[in-house]
Amino acid sequence: MTEEIINKKRGVPIWAQVIIWAALAGLLLLVGFGLRRAQNPMAEIGKPVPDFELEYYPGYEYNGVKKMKLSDLRGKIVVVNIWASWCKPCEQEAPDLEETWQLYKDGGDVVLLGVDYVDTPKGAEGYLTKFDISFPNAPDLKSNISSILNRQMGVPETYFIDREGILRHVKVGPFTSVKEITSIIQSIE
Amino acid sequence: MFAEFGYGILVVSFLVAMYSLIAAVYGAIEKSAAMVESSRRAMLLTFPLLSLSAAALVYLLVNNHFEVAFVYEVTSRSMPTYLKVTAWWGGQAGSLLFWAWLLAAFTSAVTIRKWERDIEFLPWVIVVNSITLLFFLGMVVFYENPFTRFWLVGGSVEPHMFAPLNATLFAAPDGNGLNPLLRHPGMVIHPPMLYLGFVAYVIPYSFAMAALITGRTDDRWIRLTRRWSLWAWLFLSFGLVLGGRWAYDVLGWGGYWGWDPVEIAAFMPWLTGTAFLHSVMIQEKRGLFKHWNMILVILTYSLVIFGTFLTRSGVLSSVHAFANSPIGPFFMAFVSLTLVVSIALVIWRWPILQGETEMNSMLSREALFLLNNLLFMSVLVVCFWGVVSPLASELFTNQKVTLGPPFYERATAPIFAALMFLMGVAPLSAWGHSTIQTLGRAIWKSALAALVLTVILFITYTQNYIALIGFFLIALVLLVTLQEFWRAARARQRAQSENFFTALTRLMGRNRRRYGGYIIHISMMLMAIGILGIEIFQTETQGALAQGEQLNIEGYTVEYRELASWPDEGEGVNYTRAVVDVYENGIYLGELTPRIDYYFDSQQNMTIPGNRSTLKDDLYVLLVDWEPVSNAGATFKIYVNPLVNWMWIGSLLFFIGVIFAAWPDRDPAEEPVRAARKAHQSSAAD
Amino acid sequence: MRKFLFILALLFLLGSPFTTTAFAQNNVPTDDEVNAIAHKLYCPVCESTPLDVCPTQACKEWRELIRSMLAEGKTEEEITRHFVDQYGARVLAEPPKEGFFWLIYLLPPAIILLGAVVLFRSLKEWTKPKTASSALDGNRSELSVKKDDYVSRFEEELKKQK
Repeated sequence: MTEEIINKKRGVPIWAQVIIWAALAGLLLLVGFGLRRAQNPMAEIGKPVPDFELEYYPGYEYNGVKKMKLSDLRGKIVVVNIWASWCKPCEQEAPDLEETWQLYKDGGDVVLLGVDYVDTPKGAEGYLTKFDISFPNAPDLKSNISSILNRQMGVPETYFIDREGILRHVKVGPFTSVKEITSIIQSIE
Repeated sequence: MFAEFGYGILVVSFLVAMYSLIAAVYGAIEKSAAMVESSRRAMLLTFPLLSLSAAALVYLLVNNHFEVAFVYEVTSRSMPTYLKVTAWWGGQAGSLLFWAWLLAAFTSAVTIRKWERDIEFLPWVIVVNSITLLFFLGMVVFYENPFTRFWLVGGSVEPHMFAPLNATLFAAPDGNGLNPLLRHPGMVIHPPMLYLGFVAYVIPYSFAMAALITGRTDDRWIRLTRRWSLWAWLFLSFGLVLGGRWAYDVLGWGGYWGWDPVEIAAFMPWLTGTAFLHSVMIQEKRGLFKHWNMILVILTYSLVIFGTFLTRSGVLSSVHAFANSPIGPFFMAFVSLTLVVSIALVIWRWPILQGETEMNSMLSREALFLLNNLLFMSVLVVCFWGVVSPLASELFTNQKVTLGPPFYERATAPIFAALMFLMGVAPLSAWGHSTIQTLGRAIWKSALAALVLTVILFITYTQNYIALIGFFLIALVLLVTLQEFWRAARARQRAQSENFFTALTRLMGRNRRRYGGYIIHISMMLMAIGILGIEIFQTETQGALAQGEQLNIEGYTVEYRELASWPDEGEGVNYTRAVVDVYENGIYLGELTPRIDYYFDSQQNMTIPGNRSTLKDDLYVLLVDWEPVSNAGATFKIYVNPLVNWMWIGSLLFFIGVIFAAWPDRDPAEEPVRAARKAHQSSAAD
Repeated sequence: MRKFLFILALLFLLGSPFTTTAFAQNNVPTDDEVNAIAHKLYCPVCESTPLDVCPTQACKEWRELIRSMLAEGKTEEEITRHFVDQYGARVLAEPPKEGFFWLIYLLPPAIILLGAVVLFRSLKEWTKPKTASSALDGNRSELSVKKDDYVSRFEEELKKQK
């Protein structure tokens, strides 16, 4: 019996070891990746913003185009404001944003782009009407845009993209004045 | 002053733990008993040190020292003192200190014992524990310091431990206050229970590592730690049940378990811990599965660390998750270190972990235990993948996905059913050998009775086949287990000519673990009744009522009587409380008062149900909405949760069972059966 | 949607006295109908919270959205599809069975199956050499006596414990 036990003493076969270590490495990589994304949820300032596509709410198109890509706006300063009708702080900044748009819309050099984050069509309509908003607005379908800009989206957040498509400034939370918005835009010029 | 003191002590504890680690490694390698003894004493010192540090933190919490960032985050003036104390573990930094403190306590408790026979384990046990302690202390010392204070630096408020240049201390007039969800008594005890369970599993793990490193791979490490694992398991279970009760009482969604990633993170070590409790018995009785026990204890510890990591680093988003935190990479490094070292050690020692005997029969108790382990591991695989796969999905498809109850329920229900079946069969099988005939002879009466019961249920209660399968298995397990008590007590009664109850109590006292285990099996079945009830038979309705209007559900009538809303400035809460009258088939049963508490400081609503609980069912009434102006209309949601009370009754019995099994008594040197076998073996070897 | 328009058109053609508003009023979906669908969907902003129990204002609006879609005569599938199109797969209690998501469903059974195979193979391996060692294994032969019924086994253990 003892002899038999000695005979049976053997190590872990190499193929099994390979599988074990590979599985562990895979798991750690996966979690590590998740961790990296959790730690840097936001698009990096100073880096180009990955392209995204959007389809405007009817009546809120830009230049009469229904559908467009961010890259179509290369050469202009793009201010992406993320909002939602259920978001109270957004209401605070909505009039200021509209006023800013009135300053820039004729210049054609700056585009203010409202992106409506997980919202109901009815809620969005009510909100846009309530604050007399006229700047281009689109829903963030499947949260595609917000997942590019910030995985841990809170609303409102505003992203300032320069003429080369590079992210230059991010404002988290509502603006308190028109001047705050315009001064950021001017700093990008 | 207290903040500097607390932090200073933390740093000292860190250094002491570091010394203990170095001395233990040196002592073990150089075989220096004096060094090992020195490291043991250093380890014993960490507990009083950390107690001082913790006392400083509690002092700051209780006395509204809002210049301390942690105190500001988790307390406010309006909170009662006991909540201020328990706010200690209400936030990330404090709960990490709490972890470290518990770990120091457990490590002290284990190093203080007599070591004579096992002195070669001692340095390595200290090594593992001090590394773990260093890790947790490192987090509070370097990343999440609970003693960080606010300083006014040139007009802005910044958190620092020590005064920056030209800065003055800044104290806010009042703190944020504890998250209202955490102010429930269940939530006050739930986290420490979970932590106790988590931390206690460090001890068996450290002994397992010591056994691997020293190459002393008999079952000594298991014997030394089996009560630890039982107590760890008890606390973990208690924590899980309390969490469920808390969810049922304050979250207002009519259930107690939502398969949320954080819940699952606490459930996973419970699964491996349960499997471990079963499989160690085989090693003790039969000397089999040494590899497997090692793997299980490593898995349990790793899952504790991994689960804590997932929920605290912000990798998983969940309702319970802590906010994004800087400890992520540090934690990740520790998780990787733990896994790599443990796996490497097991692979290295694999050859000398072979079993001492052979397995004789596929139906022997050890084979059935192994099957039980396979099933527990299967549940683990589902849970683990359910938690991790959304990460994979985000990585590969850039899409967030949810894995909700349907996923887990579909996958685990058949496994749990199989586990229940095993619970019915395994107690009847013999160590070493069983056949279909012996099993069949032992089980047929119970099976028949369970079948008759199921038929009766089919006729009188339900035609749902899943429920019927469930009830059949529950009845089977209950009958088999009770029959075990009965037969054993009868046998003893005859053999010892005692009366039945003396025989029963003496019998149970003689083999606490077995009969404690059976009590746990019975309690599990009671809980299963509750789970089946709420999972399969829950009904709900919702409606807006004017005063005097009624909602009907399952024979109950709920009539809206009145509603009042008033602020309590002292508590910082606005209460909105509805009164409804409840009738069952026209008979008045009493009133229920569902309410919504609105907390001003955190701007958060808590929906507290009005619940009428009986053994038959719970009538769970929620106030969903109301007309603020007229108080005339209010919306109610009503759940009828059949049999759910059995869940809580089962949990109570469960604790009785575990405490019965784990209660310290004279540790018999060896189990008789195995001692006999060992003696036999050594004579055979001669 | 098309079906609904068709019915509406039919109603007008028949000169039905119902106006569209009357039609809607007669069919205001109950809270229970709304919750039945909301229960299967998840709140798009809060983590792992079913829509029917989520207390936030946003979720109230989504429940109202479900109600109005039901009132328009949309089916459960149409409502679910609308939610997925708008807010992504995360609103579903489990991801759709397609593409990469198959991995989520197939990996656990594959691993469990693998575990079962490994277990049964090792069990077989362990039980095989029993003839060689049975003579020496006293404990086993003691226990595997033919008349191994419960009471005698128990009495044996009792004797040992004394």
